[in-house]
Amino acid sequence: MSDIPWLTLGVALPALGALAVALIPRAAAGLAKRVALGVSLGTLALMAAMAANFSTAAAGELQFTEVHPWIPRFGISYAVGVDGIALMLILMSVVLVPLVILAAWNECDDAEDGGKGYFGLILLLEAMMVGVFAATDVFLFYVFFEAMLIPVYFMIGRYGRGAERRRAAVTFLLYSLAGGLLMLVAVIGVYVYGGTFLWSELADGALAQVDPSAARWLFLGFFIAFAIKAPMWPLHSWLPSAASSSRPGTAVLLVGVLDKVGTYGMLRYCLELFPGAATWFVWPAVALSLVSIVYGAVLAIGQSDMMRLIAFTSVSHFGFITLGIFAMTTQGQSGAALYMVNHGFATGALFLIVGFLIARQGSAAIADYQGVQKVAPVLAGTFLLAGLAGLALPGLAPFVSEFLVFVGTYAFNPVPAVIAAVGVVLAALYILWMYQRTMTGPVPERLSGLRDLNAREVGAIAPLAALIVVLGVYPQPMLDAAEPAVERTMLQLDAVDPAPAVDGSGPVAGGGKEPGE
Amino acid sequence: MITDTPPSIDYWLLAPMLTVFGAGVLAVLVEAFAPKARRRPLQLALTAAALIAAFVLTVLQVGSVPAAGTTLAMGAVAVDRPALFFQGTVLVLAAIALLHIAERRSGEDAFAAQAAAVPGSEEERAHTLAGSEHTEVYPLVLFAVLGMLLFTSANDFLTLFIALEVMSLPLYLLCGLARRRRLFSQEAAVKYFLLGAFSSAFFLFGIALVYGFSGSVNYAGVAAAVRAGGGGAFAGGGGEPLLLLGIALVGVGLLFKVGAVPFHNWKPDVYQGAPTPVTALMASGTLVAAFGALLRVFFTAFGDTAETWRPMIWVVAILTMVLAAVVAVTQRDIKRLLAYSSVVHAGFVLTAVVAADSAGLAGAMFYLAAYGFTTIGAFAVVTLVRTHEGGPEAGELTRWAGLGRTAPLLAGALSLFLLAFAGIPLTSGFIGKFAVFEAAVAAGAVPLVVVGVLSSAVTAFFYVRIIVLMYFAEPAADGTVHTARAGVLTGTAIGVGVAATLVLGVYPTPVLDHLVPQPGQEAVATAGAFTR
Repeated sequence: MSDIPWLTLGVALPALGALAVALIPRAAAGLAKRVALGVSLGTLALMAAMAANFSTAAAGELQFTEVHPWIPRFGISYAVGVDGIALMLILMSVVLVPLVILAAWNECDDAEDGGKGYFGLILLLEAMMVGVFAATDVFLFYVFFEAMLIPVYFMIGRYGRGAERRRAAVTFLLYSLAGGLLMLVAVIGVYVYGGTFLWSELADGALAQVDPSAARWLFLGFFIAFAIKAPMWPLHSWLPSAASSSRPGTAVLLVGVLDKVGTYGMLRYCLELFPGAATWFVWPAVALSLVSIVYGAVLAIGQSDMMRLIAFTSVSHFGFITLGIFAMTTQGQSGAALYMVNHGFATGALFLIVGFLIARQGSAAIADYQGVQKVAPVLAGTFLLAGLAGLALPGLAPFVSEFLVFVGTYAFNPVPAVIAAVGVVLAALYILWMYQRTMTGPVPERLSGLRDLNAREVGAIAPLAALIVVLGVYPQPMLDAAEPAVERTMLQLDAVDPAPAVDGSGPVAGGGKEPGE
Repeated sequence: MITDTPPSIDYWLLAPMLTVFGAGVLAVLVEAFAPKARRRPLQLALTAAALIAAFVLTVLQVGSVPAAGTTLAMGAVAVDRPALFFQGTVLVLAAIALLHIAERRSGEDAFAAQAAAVPGSEEERAHTLAGSEHTEVYPLVLFAVLGMLLFTSANDFLTLFIALEVMSLPLYLLCGLARRRRLFSQEAAVKYFLLGAFSSAFFLFGIALVYGFSGSVNYAGVAAAVRAGGGGAFAGGGGEPLLLLGIALVGVGLLFKVGAVPFHNWKPDVYQGAPTPVTALMASGTLVAAFGALLRVFFTAFGDTAETWRPMIWVVAILTMVLAAVVAVTQRDIKRLLAYSSVVHAGFVLTAVVAADSAGLAGAMFYLAAYGFTTIGAFAVVTLVRTHEGGPEAGELTRWAGLGRTAPLLAGALSLFLLAFAGIPLTSGFIGKFAVFEAAVAAGAVPLVVVGVLSSAVTAFFYVRIIVLMYFAEPAADGTVHTARAGVLTGTAIGVGVAATLVLGVYPTPVLDHLVPQPGQEAVATAGAFTR
């Protein structure tokens, strides 16, 4: 079984599906949708089969590896492989794609090609999402990282919502491209100093001889690109307009998956390739994370548009993820890894439900809705569940990850943990207030005919709701997959977890994480 | 050096250039003696055959040239791997440009019916109605291509100057031959000619100074003098100012031809005014040839004194990448925009010149080949987008709105070319950028590369704006844009461009492994992979 090139198939199947969709004539747009759904389900099955063969005992190692020379002149290979974290993110992506296709079934019917192009782009994006998480060659990663922008650009600019969508698409593209190009300099630098692009060789000491100041510049090149992608304050400003100009399905993939590439990149590339520089940058990164947490939450409260609101909550949530990553503790990083997956499901569910509202009333403005739970109880109920997941209610999946991030951060230093707790309080405020304004209260005349979710929509949202609950009650499989990978990172960083303060005399301040150790 | 015996010349190694030259002379005779009705097919067949034969000969020579290259005709011409690569590239690009040049739509090609007639006059109308044609275009193209071939392989400064003029004079004429907007075209030709004559003067003056310093016009002789600290009258030293001035002035001439800032002013006007097929030839073939010559001069003749000219190229590269990118943002005409884009790309290639080693040479060679195919395809698309049925080309970008709906294939091809210009992965432009930037970083020019990527981000803005216009914008109020049907010839040109852009972007290994110099063959700051 082990010689099946799982990951290559996982990239190739949706890519071929996208080609097939492109070749279907315009008149048969309905067929295109079915093909897209079928291909995405096939990819899900394929990746699930791969996961079944994944050895949890060796989750810290790269598995299903393939290495083929691609451009030997520059030491570039086609190299893929997954460890526990990459596997989780790939699974999350391939779970989300069929649900997005199902939820977006009629979203683009009014486009002149009947939405055929939209579904083709989703499949193309899926291929690149699998590729970007699977790549173990820095160059290959960069290729996927940049090439992903093109389908998303067209999904927002061509099939998006509202008059601002062109501007939003261009802003998104240029922002990401600028970050990506800075990263290109760092990628070239990695090759010039390390002599290889293979991640395993680079992490194994090919970069050990780089002098610290050069390593810091290279680190920053990667970090800025990932911070734009993540999005981290103050580089987040493209996200709200991009999210609110997107179709909800696009927003799910944009915020749920694409932005995870940023945090995944920090964990995989910034930390493991430049451990010295990462340790040096701990406090700035923690500070930026805290600002993101509070800033995103405060701005979310003030939003009048649900798509923008969810986008800002994501800025806050990504703050938690980066906080967990840069806390440099096992719990913190495991929590961050889980958070990436859980946030994908919870935020994905929120976007999809807002999408259902948009499909009914053509608006995402909070002021346009009131008392929805009386006319559409299932819709309101799933919205509440997704919202509660968003504010990390115990028993739902995001709670586990947020809790781990807090534990890990507290062990690192109590002060950031306390500040981050503000974000949790504000989360309750923005979610519940939005719910109260849109779902409760008297039903106005114009909403009295609002349909509840139909079978297709339930089919799209139910798996997410189930995952949120199941992973909240039983997160062990995810922890088993994430922890060995995190331990490897910690080893690379030469970091030790601070001893827990068992005698109750207070935490160990600093915890041996001082820069320049 | 005066000898009694005539120099022995290896005609086999000169065969590609002699083929093109012979065909050019023959084409002049055809023009003089063939009946009018027969001229076009005859000229076309002759030109195509000459270009193909020259390309085949170039390929065959790869086997017979020693790996380190050789010089011919008493050191006047060098034939080595880079020369053959540049010549082969120029010949292929010229062949594709020939497809544009030969294309006719409703019986009209892109050239004036009678260039001597005053624009708008009765005489012009009569010639147009009579279906007159300037089949002189074909010999002019052949001579220009001959100049390009010689330009990349000239091994002494006088040969280089002759090649420069052989290349430029036919281009000046071709620029003035547009069928539409003839005043623009003539203005472009005059501007190009005057500025070109100026730069030739600088160039010649530079050659004189270099000769004064070294007592030789041969690259090998100059290089030897540079190593010895002077030659000829300055054999004892003291000639450095002459050398520095000479390098600077020779540099002006060459940088003018590649269109680097501050010697770029001709490019937008000439690219816009010239008939688009000629623009395509200039933007691809001439650029490749000019860089081929520039690389050879700086790497061989001045290779041992790289530290003196490197700062100059640094400054020019930064100016080129920054200023041209910023000015390009304000452009409203597609041909001007592509002209500024070509200036920016020249800046990117200059970052590889700064590296002054075989990696830099390899990067520049790959970049130029990749860019040549892409740009020639982009100009082919430009020829197809018209203001109305049978009308002139729609230059203003606003007219391109909604092209993605009316002509999805055409818009798709242009989008691919623009993404390649912007350096998006999986296109040839990305690998090219990676190659030149990698060489520059390895040579320690990190700030230059940072400027380069920031400039790339700016250029991406205006490339993307065209894509936005084509796909996301509503067509202009005064009716939709008209697209001429791509004939077989233009269609082939676009198809080759698309294929080259994708193949070189996804699988560049054959070119990188076999056609360009390999790293570590030569020490840094010596001849790269050039012979001398």
